[in-house]
Parts: sequence; C-alpha cells; structure tokens
Amino acid sequence: MKGTMNHVTQTPASSVAGERRGRAPVPPSHGRRRAAVRRRWSGQWAAWAFLAPVVVYLLVFYAYPLYNNLDLSLRDYTVRSFVQGGAPFTGFANYGKVFADPTFGPALWHTVVFTAVSLVFQFTIGLALALFFTRHFRLSATLRALFLVPWLLPLIVSSSTWSWLLNSDSGLVNALLAAFGAAPVNWLTSPDWSLWSVTIANIWIGIPFNLVVLYSGLQAIPAQVNEAAELDGAIGWQRFWKVTLPLLRPVSAITLLLGLVYTLKVFDIIWIMTKGGPSDSSTTLATWSYRLGFGNLLPAFGPGAAVGNLLIVMALAFGLVYIYLQRRQAFA
Amino acid sequence: MERRHVGRRCLGVALAAVTAVSGAAACSSGPQTSASSGPDAAGSPAGGGTYTIWDPYPQFDDTSEWVKLLTSCGTEAGVTVKRTGYDTTDLTNKALLAAQQGNSPDVLIVDNPVVSTLAEGGVLTTTAETKLDTSAAEPNLLAAGQTGDKTYGVPIGANTLALFYNKKVLAKAGVDADSVKDWASLTAALEKVKAAGKKGITFSAIGTEEGSFQFLPWFWGAGAQLTKLDSPEGVAAVTLWTDWLKKGYAPNSVINNTQTTSWQEFATGDFAFAENGTWQLANAEKAGFDYGIIPVPAKDGGTAPAPTGGEFVTIPVQNDQARYAVSQKLVTCLTSTDNLYTTDTTLSYIAPTAQVQDKQVAQNPALKVWVSAVKAAKGRTSDDLGTKYPKISEPMWKAVQAALSGAQSPQAALTAAQSAAASATQ
Repeated sequence: MKGTMNHVTQTPASSVAGERRGRAPVPPSHGRRRAAVRRRWSGQWAAWAFLAPVVVYLLVFYAYPLYNNLDLSLRDYTVRSFVQGGAPFTGFANYGKVFADPTFGPALWHTVVFTAVSLVFQFTIGLALALFFTRHFRLSATLRALFLVPWLLPLIVSSSTWSWLLNSDSGLVNALLAAFGAAPVNWLTSPDWSLWSVTIANIWIGIPFNLVVLYSGLQAIPAQVNEAAELDGAIGWQRFWKVTLPLLRPVSAITLLLGLVYTLKVFDIIWIMTKGGPSDSSTTLATWSYRLGFGNLLPAFGPGAAVGNLLIVMALAFGLVYIYLQRRQAFA
Repeated sequence: MERRHVGRRCLGVALAAVTAVSGAAACSSGPQTSASSGPDAAGSPAGGGTYTIWDPYPQFDDTSEWVKLLTSCGTEAGVTVKRTGYDTTDLTNKALLAAQQGNSPDVLIVDNPVVSTLAEGGVLTTTAETKLDTSAAEPNLLAAGQTGDKTYGVPIGANTLALFYNKKVLAKAGVDADSVKDWASLTAALEKVKAAGKKGITFSAIGTEEGSFQFLPWFWGAGAQLTKLDSPEGVAAVTLWTDWLKKGYAPNSVINNTQTTSWQEFATGDFAFAENGTWQLANAEKAGFDYGIIPVPAKDGGTAPAPTGGEFVTIPVQNDQARYAVSQKLVTCLTSTDNLYTTDTTLSYIAPTAQVQDKQVAQNPALKVWVSAVKAAKGRTSDDLGTKYPKISEPMWKAVQAALSGAQSPQAALTAAQSAAASATQ
C-alpha cells in the first residue's frame, strides 16, 4: 500500500521534469526506458494485488492453523496453561508419549486395515458398477442416481442407521441371520467384529464417490480405442485389462488418493457406531485424536494435536507419492 | 495485553484445525459466538448492559420456562440477558476456548464433574470472591464443586441413578420388587424373569463418561474406591455385570448403549429392570406401562451411593471485576428457593436444598425415592479427586467394556486399568 502511494505521488513530478527537459535535446530512449520500468513496476504491483487474496486466504486458513497445531503438539498443555498461556515447550515429548501409549500400536494397525480394506472394496465395487453403467439401458440414469444416496445422506443419519441395523439384540442383520438359522453376531460390541462393522459401513458410504469419478473417467475413453481393440481381436476381459484399465490409470490414481485421504481421517462413522470401542478395538488414529482432545472431561490437547499431525504427515506422504508417480508418467 | 489476545485467538484457530483433521462433525455445528460476545463481556460496568449466560440445556427455546426465568432474573437485576444453550459435551471446550480468548460468559451453568476441570484452568471465580451464598446446598452435592477449601459454584439441581422396574414383567415372573435388597436378590430376580421368557436388565456401558457414570453405583456399592480400581470389591462389581451378560440377564447391546438407547430398550416393555436417571421420569409416564423405582442396591444390602449428576451455576473470571456484582444477583436469583423449584421441575431434577426437596416430595410423593437416592449420592470428583477423576474414569470404562465384551477377564481388565490410571494421575 505504501509502495503504491509513493509511486502515484512521484509520477506527476517526473513528468514535469520530462517536459522541462524536453526543451533541451535529450535522448528519447532514456524516457522510454523509464516508462518501461514504470510499466514493469506497476505490472508487478498489480500481480501482487491479484495474488493477495489467495495468499492471505492460504496463510490465514492453512498455514496459520497448521503452524499452531504443530505448536500445540510441541508444548505441554494443561487445562491451566491452555487458558492462561505459558505452556512450556517440550519438543517431541508429546509424540514420545503418543508412541509409547498402549493405544498407539492398535490404533495405527486399525487405521491401516480400515483404510486399505475400505479402499480396495470401494474401488473394486465402484469400478464394477461404473463399467456396468457404461452399457446404456433403460432406467440406468435412475439407478445410478439411487446409488448416490449413501453419498447424499448426512453421515450422522447413515451411521445411526448402520448402528441400528447391526444392533446385537434388535438389529435387522441379526434377525436375518436368525431367519437362516445362523447364530447372532455381536457386530458392534465384540472386539473381533467392531472394526469390520465400521469398515463395511464406510465401504458402503464410499462406493458412490468411486462410481461417479470412475464413470466419468470411462466416458472419457474414446470409443474408437475400444472398437480398434475389438477389431484386433481383444475380447471380454482382455479388453478390460489391456485397454480400459491402463487408459483409466490417471483417474484411478486420483480416485485412490482422494479416497485414501478421506478414509484416513474418517471419524464420524466410527464415533457414532462404536466410539472406537469396545476397549479400543475399532479405534483409529482419527478417533483417538478426537478422544484425546475432546472425548474426556479433561482434554489432553498436546497429545491430541500430535496424533492429528501424524495423520497429516501420513496423508502428505501419500500425496507426494502420487505427485512423484504422476511426474514419472508425464516424463515417460 | 492486546498481543496476548491475538495469540489466544490463534490457538483457537489451531484447535479448529485439529478438529478439522480428525473430521469432527461435532464442532463444525456452531459458529464461534465469542466474537460477538467479546465486547459485551469486557465492556460496560454494572447497571444496564448485556450479560451472557451459557447453559447445557439446548432443548429449551425462548418460550420455555427456563429461558423466561433467565430473562426475568435479568430484568430484576436491571440488565438484559443473552442466553445460549450448548450441547453438554460441547460446553466444556466452548468454555475453555472462551476463557482462553478472554471472553467468558458472565454466568456459566456446567455439568458438575467439569467444575473442577474449569477451576483447575483458572476459569472460575470462587464463591468467596463473588460473595455467593452456598449454605443452603446439601454438602454431598456441593462437594463436587469444591477443591481444597474453595467452592466454585452453586448446584442448581441434582439427578442420580436408580432402578426402574416394569411391574407387569415382575408380576409375570413372580418377583416382588421389595424383595430386591442386595446383589444376590437382584440376580435371583433376573434369573426368574429370564425363566419367565422376559428380558432382565438394561443399562449403559458405553465407552464414554456415561458408561462410568452408570457403573459407579455398583462399583461404590461393592465398597470399592476410585483410587484402587483393581481391588477385590472393584473386581466383584465388574464380575456382577459380566456374569449378567454371560447368563443372558442383560443384553449384549449394553456395551454400546447410551442411557437414551438403554431407556428405549426398557420402553419396549420387555425388560424387568433398567438403570436410569431422574430425567427419565417424564418419559416413564409416557411409556404406557406401570413402573416402579427402587434404589440401586449395594452388594450386601442397603442403598448404593450413586454418582450425582446435575449442573452448577458458576461465575467465570472476567477482566472487568465490576461485572461480578450483577452476575452474583443473577445467580442468587436462579438459585433462590422459588426459582429452584420451577427449574428443577422443568428439568426433572431433584433440588439441591433440603427446603426445596421437601416441597418437591409434598407435591409429588413419587419423588421420595429419588430424594433419598440423591441424599446417598456422591460426586465423582469428590473425595478431593478433582481433575484426577477423568484420568481414572477413562481406564475404568475401558476395563468395563473389555470385561463385558469378553476381551479380558474382570481381574485382568481392572489390573490394566489401575496401572493406566496410576500412571496418568501420578
């Protein structure tokens, strides 16, 4: 702002000087060069002005919170120091505490299993459905719209519905099992099943996203390629493995990456269905972070922030892998 | 000073980021009200002006008795009252953040076990500082808001747990509710109910503070102490619940039950007993069957001490101390005998003073069981546990869940819980 003001006030003075000099023979190139410099400067200011909203936005809503979350995880916050300030800097003590916690191992393992299993099934089922819908048939649009329902429902609604369905005593799933003579399963209350239950619910919720993105990816594959492959004698599965899948690779990669980031931080479904229990058997890093920071009468902000940062690092690592693969593909 | 405020606000943003990363839906629900209440909170001295009140009763809107009471207390004190109702689990964090940013509400009504946490954070004034009169409150209820020799608020009402029973189911099973005096007779009653083809008992053992709240009457009723979770008495309490599940006297769903879902199970009319709170009384009337209430029995007979629920009215620390005078008037108005009666009737709570309790029983004799249960009740943060309580409660509810789900034996689960609690509270 200050710079622009100077610039504006200087302009008339210099132009007056130019007029005066105009009487004397002055090389014209000098003035032109000046004008060019002036133009370049004003261009740069304009560029910055255009950039400013984005930069301010990024700083305020991304850099600052991230920095502060990091700061939160590096200090020993008690309730008192959280309110009154002056929490001592403790380096990586919170991280040490988190790593040494008996919950850490299981939570990490559950996060990996939950994410991997969810991604595999969401992607496979999503792709299968997308392929199915590329064959145009009557009511296909209606059917496709119906498949989007899980995506449109608020998470609290779908998770609550799942927890009713899976209720040990009055749930529909166990009633069905009983109708077929099978023993009831304690879906949400058995340590052997709770993680599977939340994973199944998450897969159901994630399928529409995969379906939509992969479907549009399939639409982008030119029909001629498929026709050519057919003429060359590629039949059925061959065409899928050798033509469709390779051409779908960029779309698949971004679908999987986005799915990964979403799934890593899934919290609502697990919290509503099992609260991470019974006794941590469905606790992931995301629910653990919440429990530490907000799920107890006495919040542990430092360790909670530390777990949150671990999640960010994990997502970032996979993001970098994605960028690396994309670059390699571009150069290849 | 100004700088520190900026710093605090940033931390608020940081917390929001943590929440965003963990995908917490809970906190995205409400906009930060701090910005709007800021100038008010720090602004004009007593005599006119706006005073903010936060309470954990979002179920009440502006037309409710409760909000009308707040408004009339404000008018009496010569100020305008601006009230916000928060979800009770949300309120602790909201209060901490507001205190961090230097714009706490003038009056904060908060769940009793949170008082010691907020007091520890220096968020609350003592009743001595603000000249609040706490002499009328029952000592066992007031204890939850006391640390050392300091008191941080006035109880506005209390609730606690007892056993609701379905008269029809018990009659069918040939059980007399009055015969249930201790654990043995209760278990015997459950056995008869099951033999008669009905369901025994439902409670809430969910992996949150609610689970600990429901477990405590049995834990204390066995004679166990929170300072030693794995005592033989503690193991006996967990074993009682675990055996009920194993024998099918209690449904497996209790592991995931909140007190609300547990109540829904009881409301189906299939269950003989339900452990639930005073606040369900209104729902019990609507359940459509005859019900009775007995206190939770202690192991060897008598009434088990149940934990006290209910809120405290507190006055958070303000930069402008001149505001305390009006806040004190507001709190005194809210906790005056007549208003307590109205409030506690609206909330379906038991009053914290003997005088109002007598009035409640005179109006509704059915409340007698609850009044005696509240008299026997004990604050979770009492016994000078204060902020140690949350660090003990979490391992405890985890142990209960581990035992009920069969992941660990009661003894093993409690031994692990005790070592976790010991290392957290040292």
